[in-house]
Amino acid sequence: MSGSQFNNKVIQWFDDRLPIFSMLQHSAVEYPTPRNLNYWWNFGSLAGLMLVIMILSGIFLAMAYTPNEALAFNSVERIMRDVNYGWLLRYMHMNGASFFFVCVYIHIFRGLYYGSYKAPREVLWWLGLVIYLTMMGTAFMGYCLPWGQLSFWGTTVITNLFSAIPVVGDAITTWLWGGFSVANPTLNRFFALHYLLPFVIFALVFLHVVALHTTKSNNPLGIDVKGPQDTIPFHPYYTIKDLFGIGVLLMVYLGVVFFLPNFFVEPTNYIPANPMVTPPHIVPEWYFLPFYAILRSVPDKLGGVIAMFGAIVIFFFLPWIDRSKVRSAKFRPIYKQLFWIFALVCVVLGYIGSQPPEGSMVPLGRVFSVAYFAFFPLLWLISKVEKPKPLPQSIAAPVLKGASVGHAAQPMEKA
Amino acid sequence: MANMSTHTQGLPPGDASRRDFLLYATTAVGVAGTAMALWPFINSMNPSADTLAMSTTEVDLSSVAEGQAITVTWRGKPVFIRHRTAAEIEEAKAVNIGDLRDPEADDKRVKKPQWLIVVGVCTHLGCIPLGQKAGDPRGEFGGWFCPCHGSQYDTSGRIRKGPAPLNLPVPAYTFLTDTTVRIG
Ligand code: HEM
Ligand code: FES
Repeated sequence: MSGSQFNNKVIQWFDDRLPIFSMLQHSAVEYPTPRNLNYWWNFGSLAGLMLVIMILSGIFLAMAYTPNEALAFNSVERIMRDVNYGWLLRYMHMNGASFFFVCVYIHIFRGLYYGSYKAPREVLWWLGLVIYLTMMGTAFMGYCLPWGQLSFWGTTVITNLFSAIPVVGDAITTWLWGGFSVANPTLNRFFALHYLLPFVIFALVFLHVVALHTTKSNNPLGIDVKGPQDTIPFHPYYTIKDLFGIGVLLMVYLGVVFFLPNFFVEPTNYIPANPMVTPPHIVPEWYFLPFYAILRSVPDKLGGVIAMFGAIVIFFFLPWIDRSKVRSAKFRPIYKQLFWIFALVCVVLGYIGSQPPEGSMVPLGRVFSVAYFAFFPLLWLISKVEKPKPLPQSIAAPVLKGASVGHAAQPMEKA
Repeated sequence: MANMSTHTQGLPPGDASRRDFLLYATTAVGVAGTAMALWPFINSMNPSADTLAMSTTEVDLSSVAEGQAITVTWRGKPVFIRHRTAAEIEEAKAVNIGDLRDPEADDKRVKKPQWLIVVGVCTHLGCIPLGQKAGDPRGEFGGWFCPCHGSQYDTSGRIRKGPAPLNLPVPAYTFLTDTTVRIG
């Protein structure tokens, strides 16, 4: 990476010794970005903002929180009632997790729709999936910390998933718990890991961005950038667009924090953990519901666990399951429909996961779990037979067609 | 290693394999050493000595009438003790063992037929099944019903329906007198 030139002598002096300013200049100012990105491209930076909010609110919560089975629940109540702005920190953190997942889910489905998982972005896609998995682990362990009834029983059910592993399953669950059931040692280690993992996510996000800036951004047309006329510098065009998105996100997020802070919360979690009584209806947080529905749909313990993890792991193979060379669903009439059906199936599975496993929910859960997995072989099939619509010449071509002809060949003027 | 003395003249074949050997040996020792150094960290997460110290629980059963059940705590887990009725014992015995998911005869699961003692943790994902209190649902087989994913146990605590793979386990216990039992 060649160093940039700076007018400020101090900055130049420093940059010659540690090129952070050059790095910033390359990746946040000059970074040549496709000129046609739509608002779905905002959600990466929005997820990044949520990560920063989670780490900040979390560190300050940790200063007042006690990870001990006898004290945890009350320490959270003390945060809510006595610690200055403790209610704000906790509501920001609690709802922040939900908004973090909203951003990441939209970000993932954006990638699915516009084919961002395809060559040359496979590693970028994998890093995203690893971030998502780490987030799930972090949120799961965070949910244990307030030590309410659902904290306790959610932790019990999820850690017991590992007991399905043949032969070593029981040894693994005992090791995870540090005892013979979820108890104080479990709470202690979950707090230690809940503190650690967000920083691991931070490092993964850094790699994700390095991979992005190596392969460059995809775009709604899914075609490659042909030259400078197809791009604009990141700053000021996308910095301002991201800033606008941040404004909208903060309005909705803080609206919930201030006016509906318990919107996503099951009231049962305001009852202190009782290892002797399972609440009548256990539901995980909404962002886990589709996978929970899949788990419950398989009438076999090990089979259910395999299906649940498989539902995520299969996404790692997507770059090879989809054999079409065309990225964007805009030009793929069959894939476009398949995509929307899949999105709908995920939402319905989420609803099924939130209901008690009785009556019509059981067969419905099975049908929709099969539909979920059917997406992948179907995609494999249609990606060979589908006839894509003609692709535009370049990113700039359709935009400039209406404008003065002949200008299109010219490189875009840079700000 | 016949050409050991010729190591100054470039790299004769024997020398190359010696270097390979040294490289592999160093790597193997390094990997084994790292793995061994990791073990104390991993093992520190296993149950500690105080958690492991086998605890026992003594229970007085004299106040548990026929048809009633009590729940006691043992090693942080609930243990179900049910004073079974004659009909319940009959039902448990009448089952054809071959039809069971986890085949076990009822008399292998009790010391005194009227007292059924099992660990009250669903063998699916660890919830506590309902069926201890009078108004609780007990499922189709008159034993316990797990609210989490709908596993059903019979009057011997054996799995009959739902996702759980195994019967409710029977803990080690001894009757100290006719009406006191020590679990563990
Ligand atoms: C990836 C980012 C993070 C996610 C997704 C996350 C998620 C969660 C969730 C879902 C809860 C339970 C909220 C509730 O119901 O009360 C929680 C609690 C908690 N988290 Fe985090 N967290 C993150 C980062 C952090 C960080 C960096 C810390 C710093 C140590 C932290 C400290 C805490 C503490 C002390 C609690 C318990 C207090 C409470 O329940 O509100 N978190 N977290
Ligand atoms: S934990 Fe009992 S049925 Fe799943």
